[in-house]
Amino acid sequence: MRRGAARTLRAMPTLLRVGVAETVAYRAEFLVWILTTTQPLIMLGLWTFVAGFGTFGGYSANDFTAYFLADLIVRQLTGNWVAWQLMEDIRLGTMSMRLLRPIHPFFAYASSHVAAIPFRAVVMLPIAFILLVSSGASSLTTDPAQIIAFVPSLLLAWLITFCVMFALGSLAFFITQTSALADVYFGLFQIFSGYIMPLEIMPRPIQVIASWLPFKYTLAVPIQLLTKSLSPHDIAVLLAQQAAWTAIMLAVAMSVWRLGIKRYEAVGN
Amino acid sequence: MIRARELTKHFRVHRRPPGFVAAVRSLFHRSYEVVKAVDGVSFTIERGERVGFLGPNGAGKTTTLKVLSGLLHPTSGEVEVEGHVPFRREAALLAQITLVMGQKSQLIWDLPPAETYAMNRAIFDVPRAEFDDTLAELTELLELAPLIDKPTRQLSLGERMKCELAAALLHRPTTLFLDEPTIGLDVAMQVAIRDFVRSYNQRREATVLLTSHYMDDVVALCPRIIVIDNGKIIHDGDLRQLIKKRDPDKRVSFTLVGPVESDALAKLGTVLAHDGQRVTLRVGERELPGVVGHVLGVLHAADLAIEDPPLEDVLRAMFGERREARDSA
Repeated sequence: MRRGAARTLRAMPTLLRVGVAETVAYRAEFLVWILTTTQPLIMLGLWTFVAGFGTFGGYSANDFTAYFLADLIVRQLTGNWVAWQLMEDIRLGTMSMRLLRPIHPFFAYASSHVAAIPFRAVVMLPIAFILLVSSGASSLTTDPAQIIAFVPSLLLAWLITFCVMFALGSLAFFITQTSALADVYFGLFQIFSGYIMPLEIMPRPIQVIASWLPFKYTLAVPIQLLTKSLSPHDIAVLLAQQAAWTAIMLAVAMSVWRLGIKRYEAVGN
Repeated sequence: MIRARELTKHFRVHRRPPGFVAAVRSLFHRSYEVVKAVDGVSFTIERGERVGFLGPNGAGKTTTLKVLSGLLHPTSGEVEVEGHVPFRREAALLAQITLVMGQKSQLIWDLPPAETYAMNRAIFDVPRAEFDDTLAELTELLELAPLIDKPTRQLSLGERMKCELAAALLHRPTTLFLDEPTIGLDVAMQVAIRDFVRSYNQRREATVLLTSHYMDDVVALCPRIIVIDNGKIIHDGDLRQLIKKRDPDKRVSFTLVGPVESDALAKLGTVLAHDGQRVTLRVGERELPGVVGHVLGVLHAADLAIEDPPLEDVLRAMFGERREARDSA
């Protein structure tokens, strides 16, 4: 077990380098994918227009700008498509080649997604940064504790998202076409994560439901750390909740995988 | 060593007749059928053996290889490869085995094979010096030098297969599962890959389990064959013994120098082919010396060759008999 972990760690730099090479090879597809995650910019236009008539739900136009640009940044850095990769690999049998390597596919897929992050950052972050500084800076936190806490929060948000997507993709072992499930997930994510509007301006029942689901810990929590004024206690609680959701979703992802792999049919020749 | 005992693998398959009505009906009611892809198979393969796995399409060859390499969980029975249970996919086992599938590639499609090799080196934790040595050796044997820096998608099928073999062998596995490794390749490439597999087996004392539709691959590489049909083993043993047991008669081929009546040839044995001057006869072992003497001494044939019956013919007859028996049952 320990040797396996050490081997995986030693392999990581090469896996990341190959992941970068792959990202660059699929550049057109990659750019299109980045552009499909720019919905927060559309929501930004909509909500700043609404806030033009006065604050809405406590949010001014600048607050909305800060919120949706933080939304865009977090989504860009945490979004991934591993569910679709898994579905494809399971459905077409190309998973077989991954299973023959002495590294858990969880880490192999993770490395290719981590490798893509800098490129996504290079494309989108300058735009977000300029907009943020020009019109939303006043609504951003200046508390060093929150800025520091944003880093682990972003990492945990990435992990929760990756685990959820990994679990969804692994469902393809049971039902061959799971892309509809991924669509359902994305629909729920849009409502309960704070992706299309801040959860605080959502109806109360939705806020309550959201607090019991993992979605807000993948997006709203890191946004909160950037845009709200929080006490050290609040920060600690949010990070602890994210850590708990990471552990739960990791356990779910591994369980679905373990149960599913027994049913793998390695189709094709 | 590879050991399988009463190994079975069943699949649940959804059956649906063609047509719109059947498609709509299948939304509400689905009928499933259990397919016994592997049905109680037992065998042992010792270290360093080269074994051919033969059978018609859908006989269970590939499924068995997938179980042995840990891709599939068996439905029942026991499997052991190099002291490990394959489906647990322990790193210690994966580092010792490889599976080459002619129709599936592990090469990263948009990157040159060199990148897949680097990735495999890291994942299999191959020491740099050993990796460099093995790659240099494989590059020379498989003539990879002009290929490894080209994107995989720009390689021809044969070139890709050679690069694929190298990717599968960089970690120096001691057990090779080869599933149709020469499919779609031209004859020269088939021979090259065959020679390479044989030399790898000899140099590394590697165990080779091969499936191939090309009987030449099997005849050239595998002293032992396991024949599987309908998920069951119907022969396990020496290739020549199987041929001898099924069809002990020899094939005598020769070229005539002048015209000879068909009736005269028929007296020597069963005429399998008589195309102009070229003749092939089927002759029993006991009659063989007399026939050879007659062909050379009386007919003055320009040349003469004595061969075993082709493996294809032996297997075709074997599978045909079994199919008939099943149909009439």
